[in-house]
Amino acid sequence: MLMLHCPYCGQDVDETDLHAGGEAHLKRFGPGSSDEDFESYLFVRKNPKGIHVERWRHAYGCGKWFLAARSTVTLEVFGTYAAQTKSPPADIQEKIRAVDPDWTWEGEA
Amino acid sequence: MSTRLSKGGRLIDRTKPLSFSFNGKQMRGYAGDTLASALLANGQTLVGRSFKYHRARGIVASGAEEPNALVNLGEGAKLEPNQRTTTTPLFDGLKAASQNHWPTLEFDVGAINTLLSRFLPAGFYYKMFIHPRPLWKHVYEPFIRKSAGLGKAPTEKDTDTYEHYNAHVDVLIIGGGIAGLSAALAAGQAGARVLLLEQTPVWGGRAAVDMPEIEGKPATEWISDTVAALRGLPTVTMRTSCMGAGVYDHGYVLAYEHLHEGGKQGPRHRLWRIRANQIVTATGAIERPLSFAANDLPGVMLASAVRDYVVNYGVSPGDRTVIVTNNDDAYRTALVLHKSGLTVPMVVDARADPDGPLVRKVCEAGIAVRTGMGIAKVKGLRDVVGVALCSMEGEGAVLEELPCECVAMSGGWSPIVHLWSHCGGKLNWDAEQAMFRPDPNRPPTGADGKGFVITAGTANGHLFTSDVLTDGFTAGAGAAAQAGAKGKAGDAPEGFDEAQEPIQPVWMMPYGAKHKLRAKAWLDYQNDVKVSDVQLAAQEGFESVEHAKRYTTLGMATDQGKLSNINGLAVLSNALGSDIPDVGTTTFRPPYTPISLGSIAGAAKDDLFQPIRKTPIYDWQAANGADFEPVGYWRRPYAFPRREETVHEAVHREVKNTRENVGLLDASTLGKLIVSGPDAGKFLDMMYTNMMSSLPVGKCRYGLMCSENGFLMDDGVVARINEDTWLCHTTSGGADHIHGWMEDWLQCEWWDWKVYVANVTEQYAQVAVVGPKARKVLEALGGMDVSKEALPFMQWADGTLGGIKVRVYRISFSGELSYEIAVDASQGQAFWDALMAAGESHGIMPYGTEALHIMRAEKGFIMIGDETDGTVIPQDLNLNWALSKKKDDYLGKRAHGRSHMDNPDRWKLVGLETLDGSVLPDGAYGIADGTNANGQVNTQGRVTSTYHSPTLGRGIAMGLVHNGPDRMGDVISFTNTHGDPIKAKIVSPVFYDPDGEKQNV
Amino acid sequence: MSNAVSVLGGKVAEGPVAVRDAGLRGMITLRGDLSDQKLQEVCTKLTGATFPAKGQVTSAGENGICWMSPDELLLLVSYGAVGEALEEIGKALSGTHHLAANVSDARGMMTVAGADARDVVAKLTPVDLHPDSFGVGELRRTRLGQVAAAFWMSDETTFNVICFRSVAQYTFDLLATSALAGPVDYLSQA
Ligand SMILES: [Zn+2]
Repeated sequence: MLMLHCPYCGQDVDETDLHAGGEAHLKRFGPGSSDEDFESYLFVRKNPKGIHVERWRHAYGCGKWFLAARSTVTLEVFGTYAAQTKSPPADIQEKIRAVDPDWTWEGEA
Repeated sequence: MSTRLSKGGRLIDRTKPLSFSFNGKQMRGYAGDTLASALLANGQTLVGRSFKYHRARGIVASGAEEPNALVNLGEGAKLEPNQRTTTTPLFDGLKAASQNHWPTLEFDVGAINTLLSRFLPAGFYYKMFIHPRPLWKHVYEPFIRKSAGLGKAPTEKDTDTYEHYNAHVDVLIIGGGIAGLSAALAAGQAGARVLLLEQTPVWGGRAAVDMPEIEGKPATEWISDTVAALRGLPTVTMRTSCMGAGVYDHGYVLAYEHLHEGGKQGPRHRLWRIRANQIVTATGAIERPLSFAANDLPGVMLASAVRDYVVNYGVSPGDRTVIVTNNDDAYRTALVLHKSGLTVPMVVDARADPDGPLVRKVCEAGIAVRTGMGIAKVKGLRDVVGVALCSMEGEGAVLEELPCECVAMSGGWSPIVHLWSHCGGKLNWDAEQAMFRPDPNRPPTGADGKGFVITAGTANGHLFTSDVLTDGFTAGAGAAAQAGAKGKAGDAPEGFDEAQEPIQPVWMMPYGAKHKLRAKAWLDYQNDVKVSDVQLAAQEGFESVEHAKRYTTLGMATDQGKLSNINGLAVLSNALGSDIPDVGTTTFRPPYTPISLGSIAGAAKDDLFQPIRKTPIYDWQAANGADFEPVGYWRRPYAFPRREETVHEAVHREVKNTRENVGLLDASTLGKLIVSGPDAGKFLDMMYTNMMSSLPVGKCRYGLMCSENGFLMDDGVVARINEDTWLCHTTSGGADHIHGWMEDWLQCEWWDWKVYVANVTEQYAQVAVVGPKARKVLEALGGMDVSKEALPFMQWADGTLGGIKVRVYRISFSGELSYEIAVDASQGQAFWDALMAAGESHGIMPYGTEALHIMRAEKGFIMIGDETDGTVIPQDLNLNWALSKKKDDYLGKRAHGRSHMDNPDRWKLVGLETLDGSVLPDGAYGIADGTNANGQVNTQGRVTSTYHSPTLGRGIAMGLVHNGPDRMGDVISFTNTHGDPIKAKIVSPVFYDPDGEKQNV
Repeated sequence: MSNAVSVLGGKVAEGPVAVRDAGLRGMITLRGDLSDQKLQEVCTKLTGATFPAKGQVTSAGENGICWMSPDELLLLVSYGAVGEALEEIGKALSGTHHLAANVSDARGMMTVAGADARDVVAKLTPVDLHPDSFGVGELRRTRLGQVAAAFWMSDETTFNVICFRSVAQYTFDLLATSALAGPVDYLSQA
């Protein structure tokens, strides 16, 4: 049972107050996109054993979605941050690379 | 036979006798006894039968590791099966019954299985029952079900109560032995918020029995001084009878507190949900049995348990006890028994030449010690009557026999690593001490990436008092510092006990035991797994310990192999010719010992089992005969049957009355979301498939919502309130989901759009006034103009009715003249009452959800969840008109262009009319020619909604049918589980008032 | 307004920790830019309470301002004052993107009072209620049992609880059952 820090209301929140939303930083593909892009947007997920960037909603609290970078193996949380971002903040990326030097961010710049 | 000693027993109060019964036999014990100690005090050594062979079984241990002595505790509403006698405190009037035998404990027919044991080897069930298949269902399964399981399942409702409690601490210490006490002292002195848990009712653990010297005092004195000192520390909380059950992610821990048994007020168990910054597991160790033939007979016990019963409860396990060991610790048992005036005919030591201080003390006491020897087998049928001794180096030839009533065995100690391991802590094999112990470099890790569990004392592999105390203290101080406590911990207490010589690992006794002995040497007492079974599994290729476990069932009983795992593992690794650490352990899973289902439920029972959502008119409905049905967490009236009326009849009356006069529906459960802001129109155009930005102020429009997958998700009427504000109705179950869905898109995708959403579902009671006389009723109430001219169909207006502030929507889900009226929820009941009074002369009646469903089906209106199931797109329901062609984008639009969605072969909505007027079964499939690859009949459609229409006097249905709309008039057959297929004609789904004249008046 | 009734209808569960219906209360959900001067002014003017910091609740008698999220407040006023308050907010924030909605009837409100109140509430919520972690003036939105709720302490022994109207009965019964089950002697000793 995880405990994540909600960057919006500043609380350390028990997992029972949160709602998990799967992989973060997906790019939406709408009308006019290729079948491949649309398929990848809808169905293709990384599901890594290791470092993962996820969406969480503080559902029973402030109601805000936030993003979390954590290891699914060690349960280390590298940081949580606002959902209104296109990629993990630099300081969180740095913390991840301190643990896993090979890790790179593959999403949008 | 076991009995009560005339003196001694530090935990019992001989001035407080208690009476209890076992299998109906009245027995006496004392306050402070466990059920196990009381049974032994009454000479009851036979306490149960084993699972597979129904072998006679007695008490082996004195704590949570006990595999045998499980009973049905209590009767009726108090019955609980599989209760461990060694951890059950005795109370007056306790009733226990033994398990797994028929007809009686003493004479058990199932014991015949022992004679058949060579036909019941490892993997027997898998081998025997795989063929022939049909026998499984009718012969094997009923037989196994009857013989499987230990205790009786209760048939009556549990009358006790339970509760949860959430605690947050800096340092949680699990285990109240001297390591845990020492850790608590350090952490408490450092100023950390500490919670110290002990699973038994008393502090001190083994030290209180074995009595080392601590800080120059006898251990018990130090323990009570320390407990008092801890009570004086302001940040320390202590709980006995509270077991650390499981360690989970990010320092989450479940603990199980036993509050009382029988009669008292308040919860019986409390489940602690603890969030700890740091955890110290000072959980101690479990003594291992030795694997010699007939080591499962009642009277064969762990050496430590024997001295526990003598010292703690003043119970003799038998007049003569033979001690068999491979280490020095068991000699303590000899000394304790000797001191109590009991006889120790011999200590049998597998080691060649032991000569430690404890060994010498035993020799000095005049007790015979035989070295390099083992037990070939224990003699006796239902009780120990003696042992046959052999050389450890041989195959088990009997050299000597000794009469005795008890065998106290010790195969060494295994640290209790469960809680360390639950969340991923790793272990190392310590070859010198023959044990797995936690690897401090590989602890379970928390949110900061650092370890959050520190293990201490015997649980960390320390077997000497001084090490245990120092280790505990260091762990406590370290945990406190890690959690941010700033105070000084002070110095660790000092302890002293005798030096010990190394253990000699013995996994089979004797080392070369022949098959006949191995096949009687038990590893897992509860599941009847023997040395020979594990060896057979290895021979048959089960090399992985997890596979061997499942094949043999070793460690899979309710004790989860606390006594058997390490011995079984060692036997397996020997059979495979590998080292123990290479074979590894099975996974340790929570809870440490079983916890009650009641404690897991906590307060969630009866009315509090789950939250029932009630509308403002719920109480009136309940008082007026409503037959409720669940809609999500809501309870809505299905119908209002009157006296002597069936529910079915009531539904028909309600439909007819609404169509002919006027009906009232409580529609408060409909979701109501306010969407407001300069970009609200643009936003709603993305949410809905149709255009909402173009809706004029004051008007209403029916809208559809799709997921990004294109599937229909929700529907409802949207009203434009003002230039920037819309009110969106959702389905009854959908308000929270759609609210969350909107917030998701606004927060995570279009965060620069200026839109706010508020869920005001529960602010309003919403009442639908439906039927040809609806307007008359509202006019009778008086207030705003509700005429066709002032308030036309698909418009809304604010005003007052009967003096109450209302918002009225002219929308219809029944096809009748209909007003949906929203009032503040706090006035919902008053408004309902006013409508009932005003409508009395017009024949007003409330109607329920079933009448609502029938009326919408008569009109061919779809229902989310009936016509849709997460695979249906608007096009399937002929709702193409609601898919805006003017918009470049909306949620689901891209998906509708995928080849499978844009396919003429999709099943489409039609009406269905049975030829005989009967009602089609719900979910029935339309039968097509031929069969598919699996030999199943091909299908060409299915029924999505089906009712008897009181208006038309016949069955009506809607369904999705292949090419349906192009096949009007075709007759197809539908599956029928109760008889021949039913023929139905494809018709328009609008059965009633196809031109919509009635709603628009 | 004479026929308006609170969802709990004045229910009381007496005991060492008492659970009581707090009656009808005017409540306004206000969404907007909380740093906006005009927004802060209208809130403080309407309630008489100071503007709360993140995670806080401020009060002035029965009135108050609850910080609900970075763009949401819950204003507490008397039940009859909501209509006028909404008009005033509308006027003050005209031309400013915001959403104000009356939610007075969409909620149940109750108090949990007694020396062991912290322990009673701690049976039901994962929030740390230790006095060092949660004090008077702080507000938490979390769950009580199986439903969403918000609560704050108005003094050391009194919780104010707000939940959704439809589950007010459940929430009341849950709190009353927890109170009746007796003390835990954990936080009350802290
Ligand atoms: Zn939050």
